[in-house]
Amino acid sequence: MLELIVISTLNGLLFGMLLFLLSSGLTVIFSMMGVLNFAHASFYMLGAFFGYQLTKWIGFWPALLLAPLLVGAIGMAVERYGLRNTHKHGHVAELLLTFGLAFAIEEIVAMMWGRSPVDYRVPALLDFPAFTIFSTNYPAYKIFMLAVSILIFIVLLTVLKRTRVGLIVQAALTHPHMVGHLGHNVGRIFMLVFGVGSALAGIAGVIAGPALVTQSDMAAALGPILFVVIVFGGLGSLPGAFIASLVIGLIQTFAVALNGSLASAFGPLDPSAGPSVLTDIWNVTIAQVAPIVPYLLLVIILIVRPMGLMGTRET
Amino acid sequence: MQKLVIAATAALTMVAGAAFAQETIKFGYIDPLSGGGASVGEGGLKTFQYLADEINAKGGILGRKIEVLPLDNKTNPQESLVQAQKAIDAGARYITQGNGSSVAAALSDFVTKNNTRNPGKEVLYFNYAAVDPSLTNEKCSYWHFRWDASSDIKMEALTSYMKDIPAIKKVYLINQDYSFGQSVRADARKMLGAKRPDIQIVGDELHPLLKITDFSPYVAKIKASGADSVVTGNWGQDIALLLKAAADAGLKVNWYTYYAGGAGGPTAIKQTGLDHQVFQITEGFANSGHQPAMDFEKAFRAKVNMSLWYPRAVNEMRMFKAAAEKANSLDPVKVAAALEDLKFEVLDGGEGVMRKDDHQFFQPIYISSFGKLAANEPFDEEGTGWGWHLVSKVDTSKTMVPTTCKMTRP
Amino acid sequence: MNAKMTSTPTSKIVDTTVGDGLRFYGIWLAGIAVLIVLPLIFSSGGSLTSFSLIGIAIVFALSYNILLGQTGLLSFGHAVHYGLGGFAACHMMNAVVSHGWPIPLPFIPLFGGLGGLAFALVIGWVMTKRAGTVFSMISLGIAELVASSSLILRSVFGGESGISTDRTSLPKILGLSFGPQLQVYYLIAFWLVISAIAMYALTRTPLGRISNAVRDNPERVQFIGYDPHVVRYIAFCFAGFFAGVAGGLAAINFEIANAAYLGAIQSGLVLFSTFIGGVAFFFGPILGAILVTYLQLGLTSVTGVWQLYFGIIFIGIVMLSPGGIAGLIMMHRPLVRAGTLPTVIPSYLLAAVPTLALACGVILTIESIARTHSGQGSPINLFGVAFSPASPVTWASAAILVAGGFFVARLSWRRVGEAWDRATTIARDRGYLA
Repeated sequence: MLELIVISTLNGLLFGMLLFLLSSGLTVIFSMMGVLNFAHASFYMLGAFFGYQLTKWIGFWPALLLAPLLVGAIGMAVERYGLRNTHKHGHVAELLLTFGLAFAIEEIVAMMWGRSPVDYRVPALLDFPAFTIFSTNYPAYKIFMLAVSILIFIVLLTVLKRTRVGLIVQAALTHPHMVGHLGHNVGRIFMLVFGVGSALAGIAGVIAGPALVTQSDMAAALGPILFVVIVFGGLGSLPGAFIASLVIGLIQTFAVALNGSLASAFGPLDPSAGPSVLTDIWNVTIAQVAPIVPYLLLVIILIVRPMGLMGTRET
Repeated sequence: MQKLVIAATAALTMVAGAAFAQETIKFGYIDPLSGGGASVGEGGLKTFQYLADEINAKGGILGRKIEVLPLDNKTNPQESLVQAQKAIDAGARYITQGNGSSVAAALSDFVTKNNTRNPGKEVLYFNYAAVDPSLTNEKCSYWHFRWDASSDIKMEALTSYMKDIPAIKKVYLINQDYSFGQSVRADARKMLGAKRPDIQIVGDELHPLLKITDFSPYVAKIKASGADSVVTGNWGQDIALLLKAAADAGLKVNWYTYYAGGAGGPTAIKQTGLDHQVFQITEGFANSGHQPAMDFEKAFRAKVNMSLWYPRAVNEMRMFKAAAEKANSLDPVKVAAALEDLKFEVLDGGEGVMRKDDHQFFQPIYISSFGKLAANEPFDEEGTGWGWHLVSKVDTSKTMVPTTCKMTRP
Repeated sequence: MNAKMTSTPTSKIVDTTVGDGLRFYGIWLAGIAVLIVLPLIFSSGGSLTSFSLIGIAIVFALSYNILLGQTGLLSFGHAVHYGLGGFAACHMMNAVVSHGWPIPLPFIPLFGGLGGLAFALVIGWVMTKRAGTVFSMISLGIAELVASSSLILRSVFGGESGISTDRTSLPKILGLSFGPQLQVYYLIAFWLVISAIAMYALTRTPLGRISNAVRDNPERVQFIGYDPHVVRYIAFCFAGFFAGVAGGLAAINFEIANAAYLGAIQSGLVLFSTFIGGVAFFFGPILGAILVTYLQLGLTSVTGVWQLYFGIIFIGIVMLSPGGIAGLIMMHRPLVRAGTLPTVIPSYLLAAVPTLALACGVILTIESIARTHSGQGSPINLFGVAFSPASPVTWASAAILVAGGFFVARLSWRRVGEAWDRATTIARDRGYLA
């Protein structure tokens, strides 16, 4: 039992940090610009595929640097030529633009790299078990992912809260005209913010690609859960997203580890009653419902506390 | 006026009917050709087109050539029905489909209703890969024929093999939470319990279909259970990610799978380095050692640039030809009657039979393992350098499972 | 979030003179006549199926517009009501058969509607507490929950293979068996007309008006004594009901209900249809549903990358014409009235040529890349001209079309803008444009 608890905690931590790596960019964009970017997971996918391609050409470490820059550049282009023109039509139009973009990017990636998973591997330098607990290995690469996530969290928080750049960016969101009058180019600030957010998704892609499967439906698989993380944590709150990632990572991992169902707790139902909704609910195990727990959390938190765990505003 | 129109239409139809005799046999292929499942669907399409070319090169069936109509169903049951209607409009009297038991159930139902409502315009549905046992049991239809071994047949074969391996003591079941996964799990429990009551089932897991990105929690559970073997029906990313997580955690067990050989599977196994620890149950495979099959594989790879995923598709098309020639007609009703109890030498050798009671094809089943190749095994998979190696062959007679099908015959 | 979204469709009923009234009824009658005549012209099984699907999609899109266009609620889970309606209809049909109730098939969509409504009644109150992003996110969460639960609650939803039924075994009415697709088409057309009239009438009621007000400015609605929450809730319930009707019609058409009805793809499609058609006008979603369903059925047999074209069309509409197709059409209304439309027509025709060339270039580029990569290499058939995807000629012509088309199109659209300004100035002078 202790073994399972320790290992589940570790796994939950690792999965949670991966979620944070992914959602940090999304939450930065939202907190700065108020745009819910549906294409964020697509930028993550682009990061993974660029990472794969560049790794093949120039090796993993240069790719880790270059691929996010490329994704960031694409993000800036999307902001400059897409979102900026749509901004005057309101947030719904902006959101729908990113929605269409997600569609297009998925198909483009499938067109370029096919629909089967590509052979994107962990770099040889990190391809060894870092340590062993209860005879379970922990690959060094996962520890590397953990370290990068925490590093990004600290850097982002410091830049936003402690530097002059961060202050200007925050001011530009709430008082764009005032910031403009002070001589800053608000348009360029937004473009940079969107670029940085996209680049963060790109980093997540390059790093998560070898650990998970790199294929053209990876964005669709992860998209919705990212929204759960940032909404649950509080829209636009970086510490909130950090906590929410951990909570969701841990809950999901522990739910998987539990075998219990109502039937195992209170004994099986009378079989003569035949199949009904009750028997379905009675026999379902906690592990089976684990992946829908986050959505349940999302709905509950929005009903109880619409601004999320650490958020300060509703929209 | 109206009578004139009717007469003219009738005359036209007759002319068209006469012309039809020289026309191609339209064969509707309904599977995903866009979206997530497209890589699998396109592989199937290439296979059927290759097989149609092969038959056409030898003069077709009863002098008529086969034309495969590719129809994209996006793995969606409703869309499949629309595409089936399109196929019928285009003149197809035979349709084939494989991906997704939910699609198969919808199509089987559709074809049955179509045939009762439109007598004289019957359509046959050839199923080449949907393995839900219910299609040949409680939901069976006279118009549905299945060439793939249903999941209970595969489990029957697998457990026949496992019962002779004394090293297997603790088995862990992990499956996708939907009808196919649930039938794998139920059959494994039932059949292992009957054949090797001493084997302990130490875990029985169902996880959501294609939603898990990180399998390490499941692997932790498998490890904690002390299992020496895992039985799984997982396919697609669910098998790839599961094996990846297992290799990362250093889990040492044997994997008995249904679909580790699917698109992307071999690449994933090679990445994990699980040499000859992953087993697969199929009705045939590249290195089976049967010379005609190996020749076919070689020619197929040279032309289509992929390995033959569906030996059953070869059986399907060749049996279609055999049945039509036996009936001396391409009328679906007569072909269906000719297919019943038809015996046939399958691609990988040995005799198979299309059972009349439920329209399920029974054939020898192979258990093979994936890893480094021996000298007499020429075929690798997905350019990995690794390939499938024969572990055991289960004869047709040992795969016969009972059916509950009560077929309504026309 | 929704303040800037749309303008109220008030312009449509500004001056209800006798002539306008006649024209108004004329449009509806013409629509009904088209519905009746259509299957007589195109009578193949495939086109009947397509028309049936388009009819269902129209009801579904119109129901969605009660939320998005009229009340300003962006839902990512509208298919939940559609799907539950479908399941309700399927269960009802099976129950009618097994209990021998005297309910003929044409009444079944009503039960589908009740299914959609029931869920809306239960979940709507908490969902509509707030508008904007909160509502959108709750709808996303609920959609995922319901879709996942539908696979767990197997006794109700039948797992992933769903619940099947046989529409012909219900009691007959007027001697109709509803086996042939033609009869099903007319059943769907009948329900389409009924639902469309009902939903149009809804926009004319005080409730419809106050929904518009809630969309534009909830605070002021509160000041005049209405609770925006209640208004949103009622609108949500109506939307759920009509989505359920659409689901019930789909269940009759396919004779099956399964988890695909409830899923994110279905929710995405209805959002697509409604937005592309235009949310600000009642007929917008109708246009959108026709176009999207047609594309969805037609594009798939032409190209494997239809999803990419979908994305591009959607991005194009969002960026260039946020009012959708209906918005584009209605932009010309004042010009027609002022009689200045002929001023812009020539410039349109002029601009159409390079724009079409640009579109051809883009299609050629996409198809060459797609077909070269998928290894098919089958030739691209563009307006009867076959291009080989691997040949340099194709690449060169694609490049010329894209670059040249883009350059000339820019110039010609500038001229359209000038012509447009002239036309609107005159229209303004004549008092048809504010």
